[in-house]
Amino acid sequence: MTMSQSNSALASKSGRDRVNASGWSGRALVYAAVGIIALALALAPFLFPDIRSQEVAARICVFIVLVASYDLLIGYTGIVSFAHTMFFGMGAYGTAIALKAMGPGFEAILLGGGAGIVAALVLALLIGLLSLRVKAIFFAMVTLSAASVMMVLASQLSDFTGGEDGITYSIPRLFSPATELLTDAEGRAMRLFGVPLNGKIALYYFVFVSALLLFLAMMRIVASPLGSVLQAIRENELRAEAIGYRVVFYRTTIFCIAAGIAATAGILRAVWLKYTGPDVVLSFDIMIDILLMVVIGGMGTMLGAVIGVVLMTLAQYYLKDLMALGAEATANLPLVPDLLNPERWLLWLGLGFILLVYFFPSGIVGTLLGKGGRK
Amino acid sequence: MSNSASIRTDNLTIRFGGHAAVNNVTCAFCPGELTVIVGPNGAGKTTWFNLVSGQLRPSEGRIFLGERDITALSPSQRARAGIGRAFQLTNLFPKLSVFENVRLAVQGRARQGHRMFVRTRALTGLADKAMHYLEETNLVPVADLPASALPHGDQRKLEVAMLLAMEPDIFMFDEPTAGMSVDEAPVILDLIARIKQDTSRTILLVEHKMDVVRALADRIVVLHNGELIADGAPGDVMAMELVRDIYLGTGTEEVA
Repeated sequence: MTMSQSNSALASKSGRDRVNASGWSGRALVYAAVGIIALALALAPFLFPDIRSQEVAARICVFIVLVASYDLLIGYTGIVSFAHTMFFGMGAYGTAIALKAMGPGFEAILLGGGAGIVAALVLALLIGLLSLRVKAIFFAMVTLSAASVMMVLASQLSDFTGGEDGITYSIPRLFSPATELLTDAEGRAMRLFGVPLNGKIALYYFVFVSALLLFLAMMRIVASPLGSVLQAIRENELRAEAIGYRVVFYRTTIFCIAAGIAATAGILRAVWLKYTGPDVVLSFDIMIDILLMVVIGGMGTMLGAVIGVVLMTLAQYYLKDLMALGAEATANLPLVPDLLNPERWLLWLGLGFILLVYFFPSGIVGTLLGKGGRK
Repeated sequence: MSNSASIRTDNLTIRFGGHAAVNNVTCAFCPGELTVIVGPNGAGKTTWFNLVSGQLRPSEGRIFLGERDITALSPSQRARAGIGRAFQLTNLFPKLSVFENVRLAVQGRARQGHRMFVRTRALTGLADKAMHYLEETNLVPVADLPASALPHGDQRKLEVAMLLAMEPDIFMFDEPTAGMSVDEAPVILDLIARIKQDTSRTILLVEHKMDVVRALADRIVVLHNGELIADGAPGDVMAMELVRDIYLGTGTEEVA
């Protein structure tokens, strides 16, 4: 018996290798790309020291967390929610209001951000318990209306939220560009690779390390027994219930976890920008960005969030520049410079998206890892 | 009757509109007993199963597991209480691997599904148990394929493997050999015979092919138009004229 057991275990192991072998090159490509992105983000202040690149790098860090937490819902569990920016905004507004009211201290970030997270968790629990029993489409509608209400509240309660103008505030002195982290003999900020080690660097690494830890925590969640139950629910909710998993409990749990993580990402965004307003943390444009990023990267892959966010963010920030260059270079040709006019960048972004969806039907990472595929 | 593995339905009824799909069915099943539930198509066999395992709520009547009234429990609560169910229409996690399908059932039984900070791979006990049930059902060679890639017969076996992995007290099989080839069906029947060797288990089996299960059955219950019309030892029940009329009258397509 033990003999046959070990034999069959061996057989299955080689079977597993065989399956992996077919997707080996795709897998290598994904890991290499993610590795390069991680390295670039880790060294961003030194590799790309200009202010605009810093903004791009910090935005990528925050959005990877935001999109990955959305992937927990839509990709792993099959929950469609339009309230993800609402939770993002709750973390950001909590931090912003506290920083404005209490002054620029870490206790304000801790207290305001903490309140934002708790509020997000409570709201997620309420929405989850009240409506995760109903059909997916109704749940999506409930989240949509909750998000709309939150946007109205943010613009109407202008005494707290600054209305449409939002709130500007100061952040702890440690994060100010005037703060010198290490000083040389002459009392000036020490330089590394020609970049002064000031508070701006500390702020970037605050965002980067927090985002990295959150992302790793999510990677662990999807590889845990909980993660496997979520996928079972996505695949066949009734059967998951029939083998003893309380589906509503699991759905509500992951909805709360994703909401809490989105709110934490909101804290990072608020601290980085020193500004919080409806346009940067609450608007439906951001919700649509999140959806596009998760689809481009590949739903239910986690690493897809990294690829999707980077591609989309780079396009949003640099496609116009690239097109301006192209239009200039082709100025003497007919028609081409018009097509490359930077004002038409959305057209090219849209075309790129259509091509991506056509060639990578399960998203870039999903297709390369051989999950799903053409149907 | 005090044994925890016994199951009983009292006046169980469910109506869809004016139609009573299961009508006033009262019966009890004891450990160590394999009962085959027969009846023509539309007799209410699967509906009665759905009431017992919780997918449907009865309009009237109660269901007891041992002394416990489980009428109000959800399907997952009933599964955790020890009622295991294999489905007639294959009902799997299609994109997940065969191994993962069974492992999820093991994990549910072990109450480990809520853990989120431990790696699934680190829980080798669950994986070993899943492999054990794959061996029992001859599914080890296809363990890494997605469940949807299996041929029909293997999907039926996987249904049974998942039921075994739940390690229930009550085993409910809904036509486990439906659509299986002649040489595949005995594998399933052998498995059921082995489950039966443990006399603490209660086995309920819906099956059309009477010749196939007669050797296994301790008892036969006949449903017709939602009502229980016969209940007893196989020989006695099959000898009843009423049963022969119903079965031979409408069940002829099942002869093949």
